[in-house]
Amino acid sequence: MGANDTGLIGQAVRRREDLRFLTGAGQYTDDVNPPHHTHAYFLRSPHAHAKIRKVDTAKAKAAPGVVAVFTGADLEGVNGLPCGWLITGTDGKPMNEPPHPVLAQGKVRHVGDPVALVVAESPHEAKDAAELIDVDYEVLPAVVNCVAALKPGAPQIHEQAPGNKCYTWALGDKAAVDAAFAKAAHVAKVDIVNNRLIPNAIEPRAAVASYSRADDSYTLYVASQNPHVERLLMTAFVLGLPETKVRVIAPDVGGGFGSKIYLYAEETAMVWASKRVNRPIKWAAERGEAFVSDAHGRDHVTHAELACDGDGRFLAMRVVTTANMGAYLSTFASCIPTILYATLLAGQYTTPAIWCEVTASFTNTVPVDAYRGAGRPEATYVVERLVHQAGVDLGIAQDEIRRRNFIRTFPYATPVALTYDTGNYDATLDGAKAAADVAGYAARKAESGKRGKLRGIGYSSYIEACGLAPSNVAGALGARAGLFEAGEVRVNPTGGVTVFTGSHSHGQGHETTFAQVVAAKLGIDIETVEVVHGDTGRVPFGMGTYGSRSLAVGGTAIVKALDKVIAKGKKIAAHLLEAAEADIEFRDGKFTVAGTDRSKAFGEVALAAYVPHNYPLDKLEPGLDETAFYDPTNFTYPAGTHICEVEIDPDTGVVEVARFTACDDFGNIINPMIVEGQVHGGLAQGIGQALLENCVYDAESGQLLSGSYMDYAMPRADDLPSFQVETRVTPCTHNPLGAKGCGEAGAIGAPAALMNAVHDALLGVGVKHLDMPASPHRVWQAIRAARG
Amino acid sequence: MYSFELKRADSVASAAALLGETGGKPLAGGQSLVAAMKLRLAQPGTLVDLSGIAELRGIRKEGDHVVIGAMTRHAEVAASKDVRAAIPALAALAEGIGDRQIRNMGTIGGALANNDPAADYPAAVLGLGASVNTNKRKIAADDFFRGMYETALADGEIITSVSFPVPKKAAYAKFAQPASRFALVGVFVAQTGGGVRVAVTGAASAVFRCKPLEEALAKNFTADAATMVKVSPDGLNRDLHGSPEYRAHLVSVMAARAVVAAG
Repeated sequence: MGANDTGLIGQAVRRREDLRFLTGAGQYTDDVNPPHHTHAYFLRSPHAHAKIRKVDTAKAKAAPGVVAVFTGADLEGVNGLPCGWLITGTDGKPMNEPPHPVLAQGKVRHVGDPVALVVAESPHEAKDAAELIDVDYEVLPAVVNCVAALKPGAPQIHEQAPGNKCYTWALGDKAAVDAAFAKAAHVAKVDIVNNRLIPNAIEPRAAVASYSRADDSYTLYVASQNPHVERLLMTAFVLGLPETKVRVIAPDVGGGFGSKIYLYAEETAMVWASKRVNRPIKWAAERGEAFVSDAHGRDHVTHAELACDGDGRFLAMRVVTTANMGAYLSTFASCIPTILYATLLAGQYTTPAIWCEVTASFTNTVPVDAYRGAGRPEATYVVERLVHQAGVDLGIAQDEIRRRNFIRTFPYATPVALTYDTGNYDATLDGAKAAADVAGYAARKAESGKRGKLRGIGYSSYIEACGLAPSNVAGALGARAGLFEAGEVRVNPTGGVTVFTGSHSHGQGHETTFAQVVAAKLGIDIETVEVVHGDTGRVPFGMGTYGSRSLAVGGTAIVKALDKVIAKGKKIAAHLLEAAEADIEFRDGKFTVAGTDRSKAFGEVALAAYVPHNYPLDKLEPGLDETAFYDPTNFTYPAGTHICEVEIDPDTGVVEVARFTACDDFGNIINPMIVEGQVHGGLAQGIGQALLENCVYDAESGQLLSGSYMDYAMPRADDLPSFQVETRVTPCTHNPLGAKGCGEAGAIGAPAALMNAVHDALLGVGVKHLDMPASPHRVWQAIRAARG
Repeated sequence: MYSFELKRADSVASAAALLGETGGKPLAGGQSLVAAMKLRLAQPGTLVDLSGIAELRGIRKEGDHVVIGAMTRHAEVAASKDVRAAIPALAALAEGIGDRQIRNMGTIGGALANNDPAADYPAAVLGLGASVNTNKRKIAADDFFRGMYETALADGEIITSVSFPVPKKAAYAKFAQPASRFALVGVFVAQTGGGVRVAVTGAASAVFRCKPLEEALAKNFTADAATMVKVSPDGLNRDLHGSPEYRAHLVSVMAARAVVAAG
């Protein structure tokens, strides 16, 4: 932070937002109750794939308390939901982009596809009425697996996507990769499934849409990670409304993990309907609805190969992936298994040639989109499972094979389009090894063996690209929006500061971290800083929070606005102190004439700006309120090593996570307590994917089998060990905070570390391959099959 | 949830009368029924609440039996000094049901009347050879559990208490399904006056006695003897969390662990 650092940076300041959360004073969307509001219920398809012959709403419309019933027919002429990223295929053609109607038009394509919107005086009346809607379905064969969907004869889901294909896309130099494989001493191979996940934020999605006849405007409260993007997509792409007429507010939001980035059918239909019924409409998803309507994550099938020389040095990597898009393209679905996946396949290694081909398919399942990590966990899983396999094949220790291939010269241009600015992968590997007590592992393994247990250790040296993103780079790759961030710093007359950020906090603690940045930079008391987010009516603009971008991009926008505030403050101070502007220094909350003891406090300068009695009005506007938009010049590259130890009970197949260590490099850290909390949450989700969570559809009927917490296993505290979490720092070179981002690292690194440990534990038994999640049943079956 | 009428009874007789008049369902702790109602999977027109009936609550020692009132909460059984002293396996089983909230609301009578295929209590009742007392009769455990969610209870019949004979030794070992934490397989083993009994929950459509394990453990009450028994997978459940073969294997493994725990 430089000269004005008051010591707040790097301090574990307690989260200022927690008082209201812990005392029940949070204001979530479902707490918003406009006068005279109605309630929405969405009738959803019970079938994975069916033609709608007829929808009869007469009985529902006549039911008690019903205000209105809308179906797809009412929304004819309204555009469908857009996809924000155009992928161009290897054939040079744009991806197949079938329509995504707000309410089903003629066909339903997954269980949970919304068919009708019932608006009633109470939630129960809406639900009762929905049961009276008579939908005549002609059930069609369904396909849920992304590979099966591409086979000849598979049920055809969209007319606009022949063979259910969205695109085939590739990155890298195929010829160079083929040549390297031809001369390789060894090729390690893995076939892996990256299991589909259901996000499960603690607050289910919710929305309250209101229309004002007074000025023909709309207000939408919605559980969203990016209200400005929500407004942009809804007004410009779907409803054709001016942005000036729509205010989107994302108040307190209880977790997102990606699932609240997107523009969904529900809130879009409600905004549209709020004008028709001329009353506010409220909806809060039930948990069961969330399972069949929140965008899911992951769901890849991959074959990957790593060519090595005799010493275990990586020569080339070849990756072929099929990715499940679900029934429709969600807002950013198309870029997750491509732009955010294949570009990360270099990992921390100097692999000189990489080629990756991705085919995306449509299936009769809930749309798939970004989920904590978004493409990068999938890439890390491929790279780190391959590296593990190569180590096993060649008899090279897992730390050693990584070390032999680490990138050590920066900036480093990978063969898959990224340029890493900085990093120190030896430092995080060494740090993880020390914290994990790898030296004591052999004794622990022997002790486990005495108890009849199989112990294993696994490494994952991950990298991620965060701080999304340089807009011009993203645009060249198909993004249909910018990826900058905006921040406004409003200095109030008495010196208090209101910060308006386009980032959105839904668990990340921005109200604390951003306030630390501002208070440190201005040399003022953190209690005088207020952080405002999540309201298009108050915040100038914003692209929202995802991709671990808030501090690196949103925080930098605030720093740039602070620079403008200080620059203007210097002009005002120079006038007040009758000195030259060039002689004014700003430090510790004071504007000082260099080399003298003459100074004006920040508050005095603020007051002068708003009470400009003694003020250079001929040269300077009054007021002290500055806005900055920041567009990063590169991604940031958080990286680290995770080490996991598991103990397996061969009698039951139960995998216990005995130890888990993370040593991460997130660049400079503003609040280490918040960072550690983010790592813990990420690790829980990563371990959840590897050990417990699995979204399963019935292959024939397309019904969601893991449709509740009775069958979808969320990680719980007693599934997890006490984590060892450490950090090492190489500051990001291209933002003033030196920050890289920390929100997704746990979910990115953990699955491979855990599964490598499981494979290590089962190596002696003869188990060669196991997919996630390593559930007791699967592990037991694998052991039994291996033992014959 | 659909709308329904709630009637409160203050005695077993008035509850029986209300059930007869309304054709409603008795409400015990509500930990299964209310959840099903919230999902609109159950639609009782009337619920007759049993929670105000004092005679249905409490735990008492009667000779070589422990008698537990039907409306006794799981947490009360888990904490009972009498149960812990006489049948520690039963107290431990109650302590392992669901979560804290469920244990504070759920009742033994409700759990038995519901007879969920993966519930814990049926394993104890069948494993200990307990009897289920109702407002009409006394039903032996071997006659009580009929099939998935099916019992010998007639319409309107109310469980009043459960009478557990004190065993020589007993233990329950549960392998929890990873998502629901219900029993994927739960095995209750007991050395009773009537011989060794082994009851299995979670593995099939309803709780059942595993004769091969009973015979093996009657000869040799050791973990090794249990492990040696190959349980048939025929008729066992198949779902996302386990095949019949896995469940059959776990029956032996959990029986062995229960034998160790029984001491």
